[in-house]
Amino acid sequence: MSTADTQNKVGTTGLLGWIDARFPLTKMMREHVTEYYAPKNFNFWYYFGSLALVVLVLQIVSGIFLTMNYKPSAEGAFASVEYIMRDVDWGWLIRYMHSTGASAFFIVVYLHMFRGLIYGSYKNPRELLWIFGMLIYLCLMAEAFMGYLLPWGNMSYWGAQVITSLFGAIPYVGTSLLEWIRGDYYISDITLNRFFALHVIALPLALVFLVVAHILALHEVGSNNPDGVEIKKKKGADGKPLDGIPFHPYYTVKDLMGFVAFAIVFALIVFFAPTVGGYFLEAANFDPANRLQTPEHIAPVWYFTPYYAILRAIPNKLFGVIGMGAGVMIFFFLPWLDRSPVKSIRYRGGLYKTFIGIFVISFLMLGYLGLHPATTTNTYLSRVFSILYFAFFILMPWYSKVDRTKPVPDRVTFHAH
Amino acid sequence: MLTNFNSSMMQAVQLQQRMKSVARLVLICAFLSTAVHANEGGYEKANNDVSNKASLQRGARNFVNYCSGCHSAKYVRFNRLAVDLDLTDAQVTQNLIFNGGKITDTMTNNMSEADAAAWFGKAPPDLSLIARARGTDYLYAFLKSFYLDPSRPTGMNNTVLASAAMPNVLWELQGIQKAVYEGESSADGKSVEKHFKGFELVTKGKLTPEEYNEFVRDTVNFLDYIGEPKQLERRGLGFRVVGFLLVLFLLAYALKQEYWKDIK
Repeated sequence: MSTADTQNKVGTTGLLGWIDARFPLTKMMREHVTEYYAPKNFNFWYYFGSLALVVLVLQIVSGIFLTMNYKPSAEGAFASVEYIMRDVDWGWLIRYMHSTGASAFFIVVYLHMFRGLIYGSYKNPRELLWIFGMLIYLCLMAEAFMGYLLPWGNMSYWGAQVITSLFGAIPYVGTSLLEWIRGDYYISDITLNRFFALHVIALPLALVFLVVAHILALHEVGSNNPDGVEIKKKKGADGKPLDGIPFHPYYTVKDLMGFVAFAIVFALIVFFAPTVGGYFLEAANFDPANRLQTPEHIAPVWYFTPYYAILRAIPNKLFGVIGMGAGVMIFFFLPWLDRSPVKSIRYRGGLYKTFIGIFVISFLMLGYLGLHPATTTNTYLSRVFSILYFAFFILMPWYSKVDRTKPVPDRVTFHAH
Repeated sequence: MLTNFNSSMMQAVQLQQRMKSVARLVLICAFLSTAVHANEGGYEKANNDVSNKASLQRGARNFVNYCSGCHSAKYVRFNRLAVDLDLTDAQVTQNLIFNGGKITDTMTNNMSEADAAAWFGKAPPDLSLIARARGTDYLYAFLKSFYLDPSRPTGMNNTVLASAAMPNVLWELQGIQKAVYEGESSADGKSVEKHFKGFELVTKGKLTPEEYNEFVRDTVNFLDYIGEPKQLERRGLGFRVVGFLLVLFLLAYALKQEYWKDIK
């Protein structure tokens, strides 16, 4: 039966052969899984990429099931969430997985980004990979923000009220833009309905598309590693990188182990502390949205608080909004701000290490300050740490260039397990 | 010689890295432990135990007798109570349903919100989630902190929630207490700064103070339970899930070691 027309290039037969003649199944499996060569020296920090993908799937699947019982209306939203928590079979578990998943997504993504930072994974030739990653991060922030309104608790309501009001600070078009976003003069049923649409369809679609682009870009240029050594430069006689190993089975089994470790922590939160003392689910959100009464103290969820602290540190509202936006967007420019000849922190000098240390402390401190009321002391601290936060980026072209780097080895550092 | 030096330097750098990542994790954990709790505010601990079924049953009795006349718990279903509190449907129907509802109904009440707002100045809030919104310690303290204040319409005020619209519906049980203040004259002797010192029972109630504490504890325990009826099931399942995952982790670790021993 098989003619030249239906023969495939990968040499498979039977059903698989039939498919491969019509669809690049085996070809893609080889390119992206079984013959994708990853450096063999990945360490702890390299679990968070695959974990981010796992959490994305978890959020999509749990989200589908939540959507089956959730009512996106001001009248019914809060009650429908309680209905899910009390009357829907396993509803409480699905909801806690989704709410914990939201915070887990940010933890995993922040650690993943930090990995990129310390090992210089954004540097040539991975600039576009980094940009796709940053777009994912932006998308994720929008996704989390819109999702946060849906339970229609009082903190949801006032959080959305405060954050959307920031658009009102833009000169000339601010007020109109604000009304356009809310679809009303304040956060209302209309806003809830459109946030629901964006949360369950538009943004997840964009996220999935960007994740595919991120992975394709990664597989085009190859993974970086803790030594910042390009493994493609040293190939064996077979044309395969000497320090590379097939993603499957080596990293599939390793990531499986990482996933189970992650699942243990995740389960501990879901089953024993789903609110995490008010960090993942805030107490004020167990009061339904009330347009006439604000919560005692309005603060965003922990993953937005570093930027919220920057916003509050700047006395002028418009400049505060610009500062907050710049705090996020400045990550996009990292590939061009970094002038160091080496990628990994392992071969960078003390200057870089000092600056990245200051950056980590500033980020954590801003996160802490953004959670707490803006007292005079807190505001001054926020200003200091905002300046230090930006100093890491703005001074980077200088300190990364003059820093005394160490010689980078030809091959990766690896100790057999 | 040079390669030796290089590799030992790399090892040192790696160790330093590992220590740094540990330090970082510790920092993150320390950061997370300063919780923004529903229970913050330094109230006396409620020390209630949602796994104590007898206490929950007493709490349910207290709730329908003293709270449900004004407060609803509109997300709480009666037959859910029956299952979780080890009661039969008949027991629940006879003892807990005062709103003319069926066993499959929720704990609503018959007071209209408009009437309630007119009578009390503010409609009494639904209590389904009050323990999750305010914390159990807050509720425990609140129910114990009503005191005589003739300036208030109800004749009572509350140290936990100043100018509370709620009258002290438990006065018969608790008795009536007054707030005792310690005066402290300012330096010029013109004004006196008052510090709240404690409560003093003026009229004895049906219950002793210890019995009243237990009464409030049971009630708060019930409120804690209705805030999240699935919490008992949740923890029970949690042990099994985590146990399973720990075993799975050992297998996953062994599998990884098996594959990775080939990588030199």
